[in-house]
Amino acid sequence: MASIESSFFDIGRLDVLSSKETPIHRVDARVKVLTTIYFIVVVISFGKYDPAGLAPLIVYPMAVMTIGNIPIRYIAKKLLIASPFVLSVALLNPLLDRSPALDVGIFVISGGSLSFASIMAKYVLTVSAGLALIACTGVDAICAALARMGVPEAFTVQLLFLYRYIFVLGQEAVRMARARALRSFGNKGLGMSTYTGMIGHLLLRTMDRAQRIHLAMLCRGFGGEIHHAPSSGIRPSDLLYLAGWSGLFTLLRIYNLPVWLGKELGRLI
Amino acid sequence: MSHHLVEVKELKFSYPDGTPALNGVNFRITHGESVALVGANGAGKSTLLLHLNGYLTPQAGSVRIGDIPITKNTLKHVRQVVGMVFQDPDDQLFLPRVYDDVAFGPTNLGLPPDEVKLRTLNALALVGAEHLRERPPYKLSGGEKRAVSIATVLSMSPSILVMDEPTSNLDPRARRQLIHLLSEFDHTKIIATHDMDLVLDLCSRAIVLREGEVAADGPALDILADRELLDSSGLEKPLRLQGCPICGNL
Repeated sequence: MASIESSFFDIGRLDVLSSKETPIHRVDARVKVLTTIYFIVVVISFGKYDPAGLAPLIVYPMAVMTIGNIPIRYIAKKLLIASPFVLSVALLNPLLDRSPALDVGIFVISGGSLSFASIMAKYVLTVSAGLALIACTGVDAICAALARMGVPEAFTVQLLFLYRYIFVLGQEAVRMARARALRSFGNKGLGMSTYTGMIGHLLLRTMDRAQRIHLAMLCRGFGGEIHHAPSSGIRPSDLLYLAGWSGLFTLLRIYNLPVWLGKELGRLI
Repeated sequence: MSHHLVEVKELKFSYPDGTPALNGVNFRITHGESVALVGANGAGKSTLLLHLNGYLTPQAGSVRIGDIPITKNTLKHVRQVVGMVFQDPDDQLFLPRVYDDVAFGPTNLGLPPDEVKLRTLNALALVGAEHLRERPPYKLSGGEKRAVSIATVLSMSPSILVMDEPTSNLDPRARRQLIHLLSEFDHTKIIATHDMDLVLDLCSRAIVLREGEVAADGPALDILADRELLDSSGLEKPLRLQGCPICGNL
């Protein structure tokens, strides 16, 4: 139980990280969001047999984490927690697709292995870039940025509330799980049937709470809009940040750096 | 015209499943009064509170706040006049930063940014929570959450404060501090509570609800001393008015 609780409360650390003061933290949130979105689009656009072309893109999340003073180990842990889901998707590829795709001396690498590597690389790149964005910007600033860029209020308010109440909901779930564990004496409780009941109950509790929150908002004059604090405006350095990174991503997309390096090295040797 | 007036006449309400909650409630609370609303679980306290800010509409009877009946058109005004503090601060604090939450009400009132800032900082100062303003609400202790949730209401400068169980889940010192804080406000106060000692400290008048009706309405001290009335309403004397557990004397 302790492990669920601790990994859960660890999410709150993103908040602490996002209040640091570094050059990355000072970049306008809109610019950071756009850069990250462009990065993700570029990463996804790579073909499924091209894990090598993706490799140089790691420079973006690494740079953000290093300059933003975000512990890489923390982000890596978060990547590990979600990795089983991606692994379950990618794992079958080497078994299903055995056609030889690459000949490296005595080894023959199958197409499946390449696409496996490429799925994992895309996962690591996109998710670490997303986590790094949150860690150096903060969820509320990201929501405000999205709203200012014209994303409908319904989405940004949902996102904001999701982040606020994931802790409350999580605590409620943890309390229920604890209550079950304490009365099942190390056995499986009553198995699946209790779990289905608990999940249904959690949903009902959530709906009750949603109603109370809505009431609290109405009491304070809520009219469908959350007013975000005004931003300081985009500075020239912010634009430079956006242009610099997008330029680099585009170049890395068009020119396959590892292949080019390999050829050049081959020629030199 | 007084903003501080609360008048409830022949208020009746039953929930959609048919459970009757209020069965003809009458009272009138005037400027600056501090009134306790007491009664057993299910006596109708929460339902009554939900009528005071227009969340529930009376099925029969009327609710008037400051000489204005609550209708759809007056809702905005009424909700500014009646500040409601919920039982669970987690329901009240819904934004990721304490400051934003306290500023939420004034911003929705359409006040200029400078005024919003002024009111927010004043409200936080009033409850002694200026140092918490950059913190996320889920990281606060129970007492801090309670103080901040009161600030979210104070920032709208309400004339009437309505509170549901303000001392529940607080440790003794936080409870004491809250009582001290509330005693300094000159708002009209309506406090629904099971904490009878709080009633003794804060309220000059008490309204006892029993099965959706007003069982008694009068000076708090008289009501708190009436054992028969308290017994029949599922209540008890405040601990300080009960005998010493060792010698039995008061």
